[in-house]
Amino acid sequence: MSPTPAIDPEIPTLHIRGLTKFFGGLRAVSEFDLTVGNGELAGLIGPNGAGKTTVFNMISGLYLPTHGDIYFQGESTVGMEPFEITQLGIGRTFQNIRLFPSLTVLDNVRIAYHPHAGYGMFDAVVRNRKFGTKERELTERAQDFLAIFKLERIQHELAKNLPYGQQRRVEIARALASNPRLLLLDEPAAGMNPAEIVTLMELIHFIRDRFDLTILLIEHQMRVVMGICEHITVMDFGEVIARGTPKEIQGNVRCIEAYLGKGAASVA
Amino acid sequence: MEFNLGFLIISVLKIAAMLGWIYGLLWALGHASRAIKAVGIVLAFAVIQLALSVQIDDSMVFNDFDRGLLFQACAMAMVVLGLNLIYGFNGQFSLGQWGFYGIGAYAAADVTYRWTDGDARGLLVLGIGVILGGLTIWGISQLLTRYAGMPVLSAFTLYLIGSVAAGGIAVWLGGALNGLLSPLFGTRDAPGLLSSAPTLQMVFFLAVLFAGAFAAEVSFLFGLPVLTLGSDYFGIATLGFTIVVNTLMVNSDTILPFPEMKGGRGMIGIPKLTTWFWAFLFLVLVIIVMRNLIHSSTGRAIMSVREDETAAKVMGIDVASNKLLAFVIGSFFAGIGGGVYAHFIGFLSPGTFDFLVGFNPLIIVVFGGLGSMSGSIAASFGWIFFLEGLLRVILGQMGTEAPTWRFVLYPIALLLLMLVRPQGLLGRAEWGFLRAPQVPPRVSEEPRRTPVPTGE
Repeated sequence: MSPTPAIDPEIPTLHIRGLTKFFGGLRAVSEFDLTVGNGELAGLIGPNGAGKTTVFNMISGLYLPTHGDIYFQGESTVGMEPFEITQLGIGRTFQNIRLFPSLTVLDNVRIAYHPHAGYGMFDAVVRNRKFGTKERELTERAQDFLAIFKLERIQHELAKNLPYGQQRRVEIARALASNPRLLLLDEPAAGMNPAEIVTLMELIHFIRDRFDLTILLIEHQMRVVMGICEHITVMDFGEVIARGTPKEIQGNVRCIEAYLGKGAASVA
Repeated sequence: MEFNLGFLIISVLKIAAMLGWIYGLLWALGHASRAIKAVGIVLAFAVIQLALSVQIDDSMVFNDFDRGLLFQACAMAMVVLGLNLIYGFNGQFSLGQWGFYGIGAYAAADVTYRWTDGDARGLLVLGIGVILGGLTIWGISQLLTRYAGMPVLSAFTLYLIGSVAAGGIAVWLGGALNGLLSPLFGTRDAPGLLSSAPTLQMVFFLAVLFAGAFAAEVSFLFGLPVLTLGSDYFGIATLGFTIVVNTLMVNSDTILPFPEMKGGRGMIGIPKLTTWFWAFLFLVLVIIVMRNLIHSSTGRAIMSVREDETAAKVMGIDVASNKLLAFVIGSFFAGIGGGVYAHFIGFLSPGTFDFLVGFNPLIIVVFGGLGSMSGSIAASFGWIFFLEGLLRVILGQMGTEAPTWRFVLYPIALLLLMLVRPQGLLGRAEWGFLRAPQVPPRVSEEPRRTPVPTGE
């Protein structure tokens, strides 16, 4: 694996300026600005269809922005292929879990190591010593991750056969195995019960501290967002309508309106 | 009309024996002990060699008909393994495999045909062309890494120009070198060094390898723009490819400068060089390469593309290159299979490479199980020995036209299989050597300092 590049604390991990995306005539995201500092745990919230996932897709390179800039550790990523952006150090999970369903849990995680496998196709075909050592290293590192996430006992299960909560954990483990500096979590608590949400929040804190990550997450569950995010950006109809600490957002009239409708703020 | 029960029993036994033989070979190949591995391979080779040469009463254990089936099954297994890599492991629905099989067959046949005619140009042009073409493609791909985001069609144009230039140089160089080599062939009465049998065997080996590489390079050029299409459209485009190849074969003596291929009349007089040794060697090589590739990081990347392209991209996998890689390697196997086929049958007709026949590998790969290498090999042997062997002869005893019924019977069998076992005979199961190396689960050693939350 390539050594982690030195991080300049002056440069924000993620810096987005004037990001705009049109789908035909529909303006999904408009003039979106966001700066996430190094080691921060930031949240992106908003009602359904506000354009949050579109922003994620542009950061991870799945969509090309109509215009605007995205800088990751000071480097512009607009126009890069998704796999190049991942190799640069942005990992993500998906709203509707996207594991490799008919591969084992271990293989799901090992795939994330592919760009850092350290051996090529030729080494694999002739099975030389380089292949042997590198493949063993890679498997051991993947197993380390599985152990961290308490998945080591189910490493040979197919991903599609796992219960929902474990699939989420495998997906997060897989994203972490791609060695990111910035982790994008798209609705990690979706479909979880209150008890699972508490453990998820602990897990997110744990991985941030353990892997020294910057995390940006989309979430609908207000307990998660208010509970763990240090900085929140609120979107509605593709635009940023508020930003600040959880305390500030809770009292923001426009946010309450966006979620509950006009007039709700005065009632509340 | 007479029904021969003895033949039926023997044929069923032969099919069972072939499947057992495959299982045994894979078991031996996968054994941890080197000695057993070596003994197993030699034994697997020797058993069939004996069956081909030991005589009981007035016929061999494996008579000439069985011998043909055996070689056909070996060639088919290579084609089907290649298709499984493309369709079963990488998820790209391809009907082009038969076209690459045809390219391999004709390319290899042309080399040895010319060679026995005292003309080294076939080998020289194909060999130099394949090596130069490979180098050119590699060079251009290295150059293009500096220009990220270049449109596929521009890149394709560059590759095409490069390959055509390499081909041109090969033709010129081959013609020039041929003049130097031709005295070494000697005359009919006094054969020279290059006409000797060992040389011919080597030429055959090279011809098959180069034919495979040629098919691979063609598949690279074809796949580069076409693989950007979604899987269904890709299937249609590859069907078109098979038809183009077939049309070129039919007209090889008119619109292509290959009079020796004799167009639609079929190419006759190809030296029958495929012995059991060569068929076995190439089959085992293809199996080993395929297995080593699948059970590696590259193989996992190829499979991740089948599972979920978007997720694969976000995991740092270059989806486009991995699709191309699987397609090129799959076509390489098909080309090798074609070379082996051409040299046991001794006669190539464009009818063999018709796109309708091209559905056979697809049926076999689904039959054996998409994503199961063992299934592909077993289904290839089972298919050939059952359909072309058993059914054909049994039905043949019922009347001259009766063998046509096998094309009614096998679709029914296929339909039943799809209803009962949609994942194919073996599903994703693998035998012996082809099984994924076991990774023992790790039991956590030291108690962790930080309590880790679980989600149960």
